[in-house]
Amino acid sequence: MSLTVAVGAAPRQNWLEKLGAGHIILAVALVLYPLVASDFFLTQIGGYSLIFGMLALSLMMLAGYGGMVSLAQITVAGIAAYAIAILGENNSNVLGLGWPWWIAAPFAILAAAVASALIGWISVRTEGIYTIMITLAIATATFYFAQQNYAIFNGHSGYAGIRAPVFWGVNWRDPKAFYYLCLGSAVLSYAGILYGARSTFGMTVQAIRDNPRRMRALGYHVTAHKVFAWFLAGIIAGVAGVLLVWFNGRVSPGTIGVDAAIDVLIIAVIGGLRHPIGPFLGALVVVLMQTFAIDLVGAERFNALIGLVFLVIVFISPDGILGLWGRIRPQLAQESLRSGP
Amino acid sequence: MTETLAANRLQGSGAFALELDGVARHFGALVALSGIDMRIAAGERRAVLGSNGAGKTTLFNAVTGDFLPTAGRIRFFGEDITDLPPHERIRRGLRRTYQISQLFKGLSVLDSIFLACRGVSRRRFSLLRPKATDVNMVQAESILNAVHLEAYRDLLVATLSHGQQRQLEIALALAGAPRFILFDEPAAGLSPTERRDLVAILNALPKHIGYIIIEHDLDVALRVSEYVSMMHNGRLFKEGTPQEIEADPEVQEIYLGGKHG
Repeated sequence: MSLTVAVGAAPRQNWLEKLGAGHIILAVALVLYPLVASDFFLTQIGGYSLIFGMLALSLMMLAGYGGMVSLAQITVAGIAAYAIAILGENNSNVLGLGWPWWIAAPFAILAAAVASALIGWISVRTEGIYTIMITLAIATATFYFAQQNYAIFNGHSGYAGIRAPVFWGVNWRDPKAFYYLCLGSAVLSYAGILYGARSTFGMTVQAIRDNPRRMRALGYHVTAHKVFAWFLAGIIAGVAGVLLVWFNGRVSPGTIGVDAAIDVLIIAVIGGLRHPIGPFLGALVVVLMQTFAIDLVGAERFNALIGLVFLVIVFISPDGILGLWGRIRPQLAQESLRSGP
Repeated sequence: MTETLAANRLQGSGAFALELDGVARHFGALVALSGIDMRIAAGERRAVLGSNGAGKTTLFNAVTGDFLPTAGRIRFFGEDITDLPPHERIRRGLRRTYQISQLFKGLSVLDSIFLACRGVSRRRFSLLRPKATDVNMVQAESILNAVHLEAYRDLLVATLSHGQQRQLEIALALAGAPRFILFDEPAAGLSPTERRDLVAILNALPKHIGYIIIEHDLDVALRVSEYVSMMHNGRLFKEGTPQEIEADPEVQEIYLGGKHG
């Protein structure tokens, strides 16, 4: 698995050219998707893929641009989800402060981002596999804490009865509305990362990934930049966590378990870490498999099928689906590597 | 020029870029540097020669703050910098290059130089994309020309040849407003053509920028320096003009003979 994201300078273009034909076709298809999709495909496939895509995107941003592989992104999302349950309303008779959504949601996302920065601050002393280990330890510890703590996390059962907001006359839990809410959030995150990769901060993070010693010698505060990257990744994971809890209506320790943490890593690796579209491709493949593998091979073997597909993709293309695309269209891939997103 | 430099050195006064007094560095029982006294005038270009393990790179590390010296004081343009952290020394105009290129393989050539320029500015932290008219971008473009890399502007650093990477290494040291640069074997691994190019780049640097160059290739070292210090076993043992050093029998014995054992 290569963790290098290649970004070159783009020549001057108007905004339509800058956007690129691929992006325009994709945007039209995604906007028109509800016309052809059933409610099930809108939410269980569309919504979920976008939410898990955002989660994997927050990992891709840290791993691809920053060289920091985190297994704690689901934990960060879980903190936002729990915060919604605690600050807003739930029917579990524990906490539920009843804050309106427009205070609770920003607060939950901020809490997730701060938690992410804290996890980052703890783990930036480490490198490579040790970052994976320390974030896995944090994810596992948080899972067990949530499971055993009743005062804040309501223990094993967690929280239920959480409702998505209703505003502008729209119930945002309705399939179409929820799909567009997920799409809007995903597009904002994706565009933010595409823009940010070529910002001074984005270039700094990539340079730190390649050579922290030289960056220190050039006058940069390496730790501060890394921790801020974790903060930004935490915002994206936090938004995904809020959407997840609004859709499911419940959150429990199972949401943030080690299985879920590894799912996010699998999505990111299957999709590819070279470009921010990778996590969404990976999420679509994994969500489709998780939904339909049962029909194909039965409830007992569907995880084996998912594992097999993962192995095949990683075996033939270490860069995931993006890498496969690059093999099919080598010139195109070369071009996109050179000119950057 | 050479006379004034020599006079400054003798008097121990005047505008010195770098003054080392009794600088020593021990690694456990190993004495890597011992009793180094050195005075380098502002704008002076000095070569430091010596066989492998003579302490040249350790001397650089002590000056840049990568390792603190065990004893002695270091002054940079009159200010005692012995205990300053590396980034504070950079902000005062001290730069270095590395013996093994320390570059950013995933960035383009121009972006690498841009980051080097930004590193010493107050706007190091920005979530915005730099515009082509950004002052640091303009600086980066001019440094790009100074090191003859303009044709490779948008290429990824990983795709550059070894020689081009050595040129970029120099470019990163030219970013900001350097007053003094430490070049650690910039010609290592270069072809004869690339060496000539390197000599041209060094000789074309603005006159106010002084430097110390560590170089094994006498041909390069003596053509880009005004004065030469010889090191052996962690000590300075001879100083002189390039002509004096080249003619010195003891130097030939220790340096040229010692290099290959």
